[in-house]
Formats: sequence, structure tokens, C-alpha cells
Amino acid sequence: MDRLLTVRDLKIYFHILAGTVRAVDGVDFHIDQGETVGVVGESGCGKSVTAMALLQLIPMPPGELVGGTAEFEGMDLLRFGSDQIRKVRGNRISMIFQEPMTSLNPVFTIGNQIGEAIELHQGLNPRQAEEKAVEMLDLVGIPDPRRRVKEYPHQLSGGMRQRVMIGMALSCNPALLIADEPTTALDVTVQAQILELMLDLQKKINMSILMITHNLGVIAEVANRVIVMYCGKIVESADVHSIFHQPMHPYTRQLLASVPHLGVDQGRLQEIPGAVPNLYNLPPGCDFHPRCAEAAESCQRRRPELNAMKPGHWVACHRAAGRGA
Amino acid sequence: MGLYIFRRVYQALLVFLVVSGIVFSILHISGDPVALLMPPEATPDQVEEMRRTLGLDKPLLVQYGLFLKNAAQGNLGVSYHHGQPALKLVLERLPASLELVVATILISLILALPIGVLAASKRGTSIDRASLLGSLIGISAPPFWIGIAFILIFSVELQWLPSSGRGTWAHLVLPATSLALYRLALFIRLIRAGMLDVMTMDFIRTARSKGVSEKKVIYKHALKNTLIPFVTIAGIQMGSLLAGAIVTEKVFAWPGMGRLFLESIGVMDFPVIIAWTLVTATIFLAMNLAVDILYVYLDPRIRHEK
Amino acid sequence: MSIHSASANTASHLAEAPYSPPRARFWGFEYIPAERQLLHSFLSNWLVLGALAMLILLVFIAVFAHWVAPVDPLEQTLKARLTPPIWNERGISPYYLGTDRLGRDVLSNIIYGLRISLLVGFFAVGISMIIGLTLGLTAGYKRGFWETFIMRAVDVQLSLPLIMVALCFMVIFGQGLWKMIIVLAIAGWAEYARTVRGTVLSIREKEYVESAHALGFGPWTIMVKYLLINSITPVLVLSAVQVPRVIILEATLSFLGLGVPVTTPSIGLAIARGYQVLFSGSWWASIFPGLALMLLVACINIVADWLRDALEPRSREQV
Repeated sequence: MDRLLTVRDLKIYFHILAGTVRAVDGVDFHIDQGETVGVVGESGCGKSVTAMALLQLIPMPPGELVGGTAEFEGMDLLRFGSDQIRKVRGNRISMIFQEPMTSLNPVFTIGNQIGEAIELHQGLNPRQAEEKAVEMLDLVGIPDPRRRVKEYPHQLSGGMRQRVMIGMALSCNPALLIADEPTTALDVTVQAQILELMLDLQKKINMSILMITHNLGVIAEVANRVIVMYCGKIVESADVHSIFHQPMHPYTRQLLASVPHLGVDQGRLQEIPGAVPNLYNLPPGCDFHPRCAEAAESCQRRRPELNAMKPGHWVACHRAAGRGA
Repeated sequence: MGLYIFRRVYQALLVFLVVSGIVFSILHISGDPVALLMPPEATPDQVEEMRRTLGLDKPLLVQYGLFLKNAAQGNLGVSYHHGQPALKLVLERLPASLELVVATILISLILALPIGVLAASKRGTSIDRASLLGSLIGISAPPFWIGIAFILIFSVELQWLPSSGRGTWAHLVLPATSLALYRLALFIRLIRAGMLDVMTMDFIRTARSKGVSEKKVIYKHALKNTLIPFVTIAGIQMGSLLAGAIVTEKVFAWPGMGRLFLESIGVMDFPVIIAWTLVTATIFLAMNLAVDILYVYLDPRIRHEK
Repeated sequence: MSIHSASANTASHLAEAPYSPPRARFWGFEYIPAERQLLHSFLSNWLVLGALAMLILLVFIAVFAHWVAPVDPLEQTLKARLTPPIWNERGISPYYLGTDRLGRDVLSNIIYGLRISLLVGFFAVGISMIIGLTLGLTAGYKRGFWETFIMRAVDVQLSLPLIMVALCFMVIFGQGLWKMIIVLAIAGWAEYARTVRGTVLSIREKEYVESAHALGFGPWTIMVKYLLINSITPVLVLSAVQVPRVIILEATLSFLGLGVPVTTPSIGLAIARGYQVLFSGSWWASIFPGLALMLLVACINIVADWLRDALEPRSREQV
């Protein structure tokens, strides 16, 4: 499989009145063609910032790109000028967001909004763009697309709006789709439909997906590989099977343990003690050690680095090294 | 939507009835209406005849109906100061007032939009602070005093522009600008606040993520959302301009309706006073109605409400 | 084996070039860095404090006008007609800001005029606030016919421009200080009623009102305790906007001769008198009163803005 995107040592800090927030602090990962990479973590762990940084959607100031590269199609996305990055947005890399209710402009028609990217990147005139928009609506499974294309967002339900967002994102056949919590705001049944739609379309256009979510169930459903993030760093990275069956980082393990399983009597659900630390006031050494059940002396002193425990399975933990494969 | 329009028209008519009712009652409270509507040197016979024409020997409600009927036909009495039909006098001066009002509207809107948007996009910089300061002064200064100050500076001192009368566009500059200042300041603040609000919304982020240029994000996506609530407020402000222009007309000796109204107050020329009130109220109500209907077309969310 | 060496064989021509953030172009929306935010709030806090201090000073001057004003404002000294301000060579003390056509001192008229402005402002707004509050509260709470009636009245009132309503009433009732205050109060109640009713409607559905009901509190208690207290914020904000409007309206009406009687000093009257001699070059008679009024109104507006921001905070910019 070809490499599509390589992110190296990405560091993004935010300078706010209270201090400097290290939202993303040395993140390395890659995405290959056609694969789905899931990014899991609690709110505030830096997953959304990582994703938005790829398209330069992070306002700077107060944000700052302290370092890192993001190689895509031979160039570094993070150092593109504004004209260059705009050619990538919605065209080679698209993004969909969490809130379908507010992510669409209420005063323009669906056709106008889908067609906007098409006109911009493919140079079609408005009428042609609307035709293509109808095609997209059909593709994402919206019934009676010719009528819908002239309607406004408030006339559609949440699930349909998310389908519209997907249609909008896919209209120019991007190589990578970044999905930031696309199903979190939807009903469970609609969630399943949307995920199925995404997988279906992925196969059709051979597109990669970067799926950001805090929902492990979604990860299990769609991801090929999984990245677990905590406090702006990657703590574990492996294929989906290994993550679920042989998690090596204590955080990953506790995450999995805190999710209820159908049909299994787990007894009392385990919670992770303590709370996520403030990102401008991190504990010394390993970020997770104050809440970790397996913390040792060395965990307070040195920050663990990502090491490959097995081919393709990377963990950032002093204790995991001891455990071995 | 048709129901919405119907309700608004019904409301406007109701207000008009109330205003005319109040005006009608004024006539009765202030004394013998016939005597008020006739010049002082009218003979008793003429007064009697007027009384019969106006049907003042009939019950009050019928009188009111006749008053309305006469009003609809344009008969609002004869000005005894000028000796001509009151309505005609007022309508004759309407174009002059409209000229002033339209010029004011144009100045306020054309200047407020770019400045408001600029101030919002350059928030916190000196441009923004300057516009905030300027708008503060604009809403704090009484329009009539601004007019006087303008005359002093531009007519008396610098002698650039005429200070009174109507004629060339040069005559229009000072009055329109002094009247526009308050609304300009208000609009700048409203647009700035609106834009700042809208730019934090999710769909702006979506537009950016599609590769839309920043310029288009501001002027297509954000501006339209800001303008929609803005239009309502702007419309009401504009409607009240006709009444607000009174003072400007006095300061600049502008031959409009307002000036006529002020003169008529001085001589207690009731027919003209009433005619002015009714005309101004009608225009104001029509303006509001137009704005309401426009709003329905602008905001698709209202359009599809049942 | 670290993750870095594993991907070393892929194109590493992307040396980590030093990153310089793009300059905000003309069309870009600028985000305020933290230091500028601090400066911004610092400056505006000082501005508000300054405005508040000036306001207190003006009120003080107005209250103690008798002792502060150099001369009786109504006194006409025909010998000293149209004297320019004190810094001009023809200026005479104690006419610090000059005199008008009949020798009345401009400064004294300003001081007493400010007193009238403040009086009218606070009384008219105060009365309309009480009327509007009462009617709005009862309308929102009782609902039914009473509410419909009040709201129709509000609609009618608000359908007409304020200045027109005020003008017509003054034409009918004639000049007079208290007449004007009453007229302005009547012209202003509608906005209060509408605002308060809106607040009441949104609050009465809240659970704590329902539970108060269930616990047996009488309607009056509920109205005062919950609805009134919650209405205070929007009412305060509205008042902060209404007071300047009313003050300017008073000046406008007096300027037209439809406000206070000629024997009462008013800024509007002073400006009107100054207007009469405009072309003789005696600019001080009309400029200074207007400047004073503008100062007063500007200070109120600054405090009002701050009040509105403090009481109705908008969500701060999210990162």
C-alpha cells in the first residue's frame, strides 16, 4: 500500500492568558492509501487539533506551530501558503465535523453549499455544479435528490445533514477524509447508517479516512489501525485487532475496561481514577502516571518514548517495555 | 407565509386606525373641530356649512367614519395659514423630504457596511478602536447640534458648502451627513457585533475547510447571516428618519414636510398638523411592512415556517 | 527502534524549515494574541472608570448648580451681549464661555441645562420603567386577554417613531417641564413592557417556578421573587440605552421650542439661541452646550456598554 500522509513530530502550542497549552506535543503517525486510521482519546487530548492542523485550520495566534512536518503528495502541508492550502482543502483532503445541525450555512441551499467546492476546485459553472451536487446527494443515500438540492439545511434532519456534509466532502474525490466525531451528535441507529455509508464510499473511491472519536465502538467498526492519544501525545499505536485484544499501555487497557460489554457480566464498571491534567500544568515524567495503576519510580522521572513492542505495535510506556511482547 | 404577511398588514392597518383615532380625538378635545378647521375669519354660515359637510351633527362614530372617508379622498381640511388644501401642501413637500431621507439612508448604509466588516475583521487593532470611538461619538451627539457644528465649520469658516436651501447636490451634503451620523454609528456597531458573532459559528469553519477564500468566507458566508437581523433594525431606523428629519430641515432651512410642520405648529394650523401626522405615520408603517416582508424573503428559515 | 528511524527511508528532503506564521492579510480575520487582549481590557477598563468618574462629577455639578454656576443663567446683561469665551481678547470674566444674544452666560446655562437633562432623563426613564415593568410582569404572568391587550398596545406604540409621538403630544399639551417628562415616560413604556414580558415568558416555564407553585406560594410572591429579580438585568441594560435617547430627545424638543418653557434653562434652548446668531460668528453660544451634552451622553453610553457586557456576557472566543 502506498504511503499517503506522514506526520512527524507535530507540535502545536496555544498561547493563552493562563499560560501555554501544549495541545499537540510530538505526534508521529502515517496514513496509507485506502486505510482507515482511528484516533481515540478523551476530550482535550489533542486529536481534533492534530486533524485541523493538517488543513491549517488552527488560528495562529493564539496557536503556534512549534515544529513538525506533514508530508502529503511530496510536500509539507504545514508550510503551504494560503493559496496552496486552499487548493488542498475540500479537494485532496476533506473534513467533516461533529455538529451537523450547525455546520451548514442556514441561508444557502444544500445545492449551493455542495456545489461551492465543486465550482471552486473543478471549475464547473453553477448549473453543472448543481447537477453534480444532485449526483452526490444520490450517492450518500438521500431520497428525491432533485428536490432536496434546492432546500435549506433546516428542512433536513440531523442524519440527513451529516449525509450532506459527507457528500460535500467527497464531491471532489479527495484522497483523505478527516472525520472529526462525525457520529457523536446523532442517534444510535443513524450512527450505524452513517458509518456504513462512509465505509461503502471509501471502497468506491479508494479513499483513506482519519476517524477521530472517543467512542471505542466506532473504532472497532471502521478502523484498520488505531492511535491512542493522551495529553497531546500518542501513547499507543497498533492495528485494531491488537489494540482490542493485546493493549499494552495502561491507559488503553483502562479505557477498554471502562466500556460496558453486552452479554458479559462485568460487575461494577471500572473507572480511571483522577482527572485529565491541565495541559499547561502537566505532571513530570509520564503524563499518565498519577492515574496509572502500574506506575513505578521511573515513570515520574522520564517521559516515555514510543517504542515498537512488536512490528507495527508502538507503545510509550516504561512499564510496557518490561512486560515484553 | 401568506398568513404572516396578512397578520402584518392587519397590524399596520390597526395602528393606522389608532393613530387616526387619536388625531380625530385631538380635534374634539381641543375645541370645536369645525372652528379649528376653518380660518378665523370664516362667517357663521360657512362654519355651519362645513359642519354639515363634515357631518358633525351626526353621532361620533359616524363622524369618525366620515373623517376617514374624507381622509381617503384626500380631504383633510384647508390650511388657513396658506389657504390651500392641507394634504396638498404636505404632499408637495414630500419629495424634498424624501430626497433628504434617501440621501441619508445611502450614506449610512454605504459607509457602515465596509467599516463595520473591517472593524470586525481587524478586531483589537487601531482601526477597530478608531471606529468604536467614532461610533461612540456618533451616537452621543444630537443630530441637530451636529448640523449646526457642520454649518459653522464648513459654511461659515471654510465656506466650502452652502448652509441652507435646496438645489444642487452640494446643498444636500451637509444636511444628509449630519442626519446620517447617528445611524451610521449605530449601524457600524451592529454590523461589527453581528459579524463577530457569526464568525465563531461552525459553518464558517466548514466553509474554510472546503477551500473557500477568506474574502469569500467573510463576504458570502458571514455577511449574509449578519445582514438578516440587521435589516429589521435598519428598516425601523429608516422609517423614523422622516420624522427625525424635522430638526435637520429646520437647521438647514430645507424646504421639506418637517419644516412645514414646524411652521404650522407656530400658528396652530391644525389641518396641516394633522395632515403631516397622518402622512408620516402612513409612510412609516408602509416602510415597516416592507421591511417585514423583505425579512421573510431573506431568511429561509422563516419562509418555510408553517 | 524508534518510530523516527523506521520512516527515515521515506523522503526526508523536508528538513524542518523554521516556521514563520503568515502575516494576516487584508481580508483575514485577525485573532487577538493574549498580550493584546490584556492591553485591550486594561484600556477599556480605564475608559469605563474615567467615564463613571466624569458622570459622577457632572451629576455633582448639576445638583450643586446653584453654587457652581458663576452667574444666574436667566440673568440678561445686555451690556455683555455676545462676549466671546474668556481666552479670547474680548472675553470678560465671569462669562468664562461667553454670552449669548441677550447677555446670558453660556456656562451657567450649560450647568443648569445639564441639571434639566439629567432630571428629565432619570425621571422619564424611571417612570416608564415602572409602568413597563408592571404591565410586562402582569402580562407575562396572567396571560390571556390582558396579555393580548397589553401586547397590542405595545405593538401600536412601537409602530410609531419615538420623536413623532413625543412631538404630537407636546403639540397637544403645550410646553412644560413635567408635561415633557410625562410625555417621554408614556412614549417609552412599551419597550420595557415587551422586554419584561419576554423574560417572564422564558422564566415561568422553568422548573423552579413550577415547584414554587406546587409548594403553595401565592402568585404575587412568585412574581416578585422570581420574575422581578430576573427581569432586573434586561431592564437595567435597556435603561442604560434609554436614558441617552431621552436626554437627546429632550434637547431636541427644547431646541424646537416644544420642550421646556423659555424660562427654564435647557441645553436645547441654549443651542437654539446660539443658532440664531450663527452667522455672526458667535460660535460659542451653540457649540459649547452641544459639547457638554455630548460629553454627558457619551459617558452614559460608555458605562451602558460596559454594563451590558458585564451583565450579558457572550461566549468568549473558543480556541
